[in-house]
Amino acid sequence: MKIVGQKTRRVDGLALAKGKPVFADDIPKKDFLYLKILHSPIAHGRIKSIDKSKAMAVNGIAAILTHEDFPIHYFTSAGQGYPEPSPRDTRIFDDTVRFVGDRVAVVAGESLEAVEKSVELIRVDYEELPAIFDVRESIDNKTIIHPGKDGFSFLHDAKRNISANIDEELGNVEAGLKESSHVFEGTYFTPYAQQASIEPHITLTWLDENDRLVIRTATQVPYHVRRIVGEVLNLPVGKIRVIKPRIGGGFGGKQEILNEEVCAAVTMATGKPCRLEYTREEEFYAARSRHPQYVTYKIGLMDDLSINAIDMEILQNSGGYGPHSLTVMSVTASKTLALYRSPNIRIRANSVYTNLPPAGAYRGYGAPQGFFALESLMDEISEELQVDPILLRKKNYYVEGEEVPIAKVLGEGRDGFPVILNTNGIEACIDRGRELIDWDILRKSEKTGIFRRGVGLATVAQASGIAGVDMGSVFMKMNEDGSFNLNVGATDLGTGSDTALAQIAAEVLDVSVDKIIVLSSDTDTTPFDTGAYASSTTYISGAAVKKVAEDILRQILEQGKLILGVNEAKIADNSVIADNGKSITYQDICTKSFYTDHQKQIQATASKISYDSPPPYNATFADVTVDTETGFVKVNKIVSITDSGQIINPQMSEGQAEGAIPQSLGMALSEFMIFDEKGRAINKNFEDYHIYTSIDMPEIVAEFVYTNEPTGPFGAKAVAEIPINGPAPAVANAIYNACGVRIRKLPITPEAVLTEFQKITDEG
Amino acid sequence: MTTFTINGKTVAVDLRAGTTLLDYLREHGFFSVKYGSDKGETGSDSVLVDGKSMNASLMLIHTLNGKNVETVESFAHGREVHPLQDTFIEEGAIQCGYCTPGMILAIESLARENELPSEEDVKDVLAGVYCRCTGYVKPVKAAMHYLIAKNGDTR
Ligand code: FES
Repeated sequence: MKIVGQKTRRVDGLALAKGKPVFADDIPKKDFLYLKILHSPIAHGRIKSIDKSKAMAVNGIAAILTHEDFPIHYFTSAGQGYPEPSPRDTRIFDDTVRFVGDRVAVVAGESLEAVEKSVELIRVDYEELPAIFDVRESIDNKTIIHPGKDGFSFLHDAKRNISANIDEELGNVEAGLKESSHVFEGTYFTPYAQQASIEPHITLTWLDENDRLVIRTATQVPYHVRRIVGEVLNLPVGKIRVIKPRIGGGFGGKQEILNEEVCAAVTMATGKPCRLEYTREEEFYAARSRHPQYVTYKIGLMDDLSINAIDMEILQNSGGYGPHSLTVMSVTASKTLALYRSPNIRIRANSVYTNLPPAGAYRGYGAPQGFFALESLMDEISEELQVDPILLRKKNYYVEGEEVPIAKVLGEGRDGFPVILNTNGIEACIDRGRELIDWDILRKSEKTGIFRRGVGLATVAQASGIAGVDMGSVFMKMNEDGSFNLNVGATDLGTGSDTALAQIAAEVLDVSVDKIIVLSSDTDTTPFDTGAYASSTTYISGAAVKKVAEDILRQILEQGKLILGVNEAKIADNSVIADNGKSITYQDICTKSFYTDHQKQIQATASKISYDSPPPYNATFADVTVDTETGFVKVNKIVSITDSGQIINPQMSEGQAEGAIPQSLGMALSEFMIFDEKGRAINKNFEDYHIYTSIDMPEIVAEFVYTNEPTGPFGAKAVAEIPINGPAPAVANAIYNACGVRIRKLPITPEAVLTEFQKITDEG
Repeated sequence: MTTFTINGKTVAVDLRAGTTLLDYLREHGFFSVKYGSDKGETGSDSVLVDGKSMNASLMLIHTLNGKNVETVESFAHGREVHPLQDTFIEEGAIQCGYCTPGMILAIESLARENELPSEEDVKDVLAGVYCRCTGYVKPVKAAMHYLIAKNGDTR
């Protein structure tokens, strides 16, 4: 391979480096209306009345829309394929508010100042309702957050505040645990954490010259935006065009249909172009975040250390609405249970409503929560049994050729598809990482004094797209200079997928990457794609690109033979070369096909749906120093070794790991949302919600071990999400190794470490 | 009336009090300067003011009299890109690119004021520009390559 497996300059690199106007907001906004949302100041209540008279009187205000302006229609903002496996519990505006930050009204005006002033002047009279803030008190609470919604699609039990439920068993867990020689149990908590893309949610809408609605938006799912906005506003999709320009990071947060339908509604109501951008503060309390979960594992082991039973329970906080509540839990279970073999498995999971902000999709999608629990417990087991944590793990991995039974029962809100492992590089990942982190020395080094250093490990899995659900499609045509237009529905959210797809096409066509002109994510000009989530783009859309390029190559050969008038020929050096020595270049084939010989446009389309979703694997090692006087944890180094099959672009793949690691370290050590007793978010800016900056970064080593996945394009598996799963549990395990403190609740604050450390020193 | 230069061009503006440089720049098509937060924490609103990297969202336009403002739009000349931009592309330091102009300005201001900056100096200036995609690994590497190529060596 000449291009796949090599680094290449990003196809969008030049424009981005030059600061070209390529993001959603980077267009002139003459005549635009600026929009602001009025958010609920209370956590739970019914709107008795809304008085907009004073607000409308502000100079320059064009419209104020509230629940009174829309028919009752329930949808989900989850931004998933149809029918969505999330409860349809959301209205564009509702007469009930369910969290501080819920949408009450939208104000549109000629300037931001005018709407900011106007929003303050809307008088809303609320009947306050009791609110639920503790996820453990939600089930069977007297307060019902979504009354009257029984029977709504994918809403499990509205009367009991349960938005989603999973109850599955393979084998017999009770018997399996009974048979086991050792049984261990632990409950672990992960908090609300923010995607925190640097570009906030931003949507621009207008009517084009033919009165079609154009939505230019920072989204990961342009086709779902089109479908859902169409549904909510009762517009045929043919009247809507969604354009995703470059977007400033997504990480799942931009899978949500957060405000697109509101912005579009104002354009439809006023005929005017509109712009709605969230401030950073709104991003924190009114956008989406990671689902907080309590995860409990009970694991039974036999004398030979093989796992005999895994019993798993999840209690998940959906917040006020239930987007992604079923599927996030399902991923928590399916990804963690795809790592270690166990003949008996049970999952009992509930996602419940509370009056806190609704959570959504965030890189890893449930897997980081689950692996924090599982990989912490595996370490605790190895400690208890005094066995090497690496040995314990290696003893239990699924191996190549084995079937992973959990995949069959946990699909995307329906039965899934069986997974037979073709490739599993986990052991190679461990062996490489162990060397790079100095495991054997640091693990056993002296643990005394104020500063104590330790190392920890976590091994994790993910998937490559959603089997039987994700689909990508592409269109390609040839130009007479030997360049190719590649129009893909896939959505590059900053990951570099446009470049990876161009590399796949270039590899097949044996041309340089600059000959591939990528146009992505415009519902008018690019074919359907389910969107950028679930680590699907390289594996699914990449396979569609490979297919289309192979078709184009076949057509080039056919046209070449026709033009040369020969039966046998081959392709080499950008030419078709006949057995008799005659040859014709790509350029000449296309030019003659356009104008003179056997005229046709060389073009092709392809779609790809996969019933496989091979797991990538990763081993993450952390080297930390704990200050036992302050409880402060310093991460010295993270080593992240991933098996993503064949890597399409090593530089970009490294970048995926390097970027995921600080997100996970943030969840481990510093990032979480704090709410006051009224459910109001307290830390709503980057001073109070601390994400990693350049000076916080430890040394990072991100490498790959190569396997050759037969179902993936050129042997590729997914890469984007998996590196986020390991750092948090690896750090927790390293802290234990350093100073004997086991923390089961994220983030691991200095206070928590200190309190626990004091306890063991007191006991000791 | 406030008079200042943007990317070499002198402008005289008379705007309502409270207008920030960020508002002004985005209204006038300098889209490389971006909103990230209200207090400038993200640094995606960075500009160079008299050669120093500053947050445009924290600067009121009337305080700019006589100042020299630069944005990344002035870095590439026609088809020729600034070597720092080129290094960013080459080193894979750009993912979504939202933070990239701010990073380039921060590094450039460091390069201008400090002839022999160290990797620590680079990390210090980049601490004012948040990136959620790269983990800063490749941006720091790109900055060091650029500075070494420019100065022959670093500290
Ligand atoms: S590249 Fe996306 S924020 Fe830096």
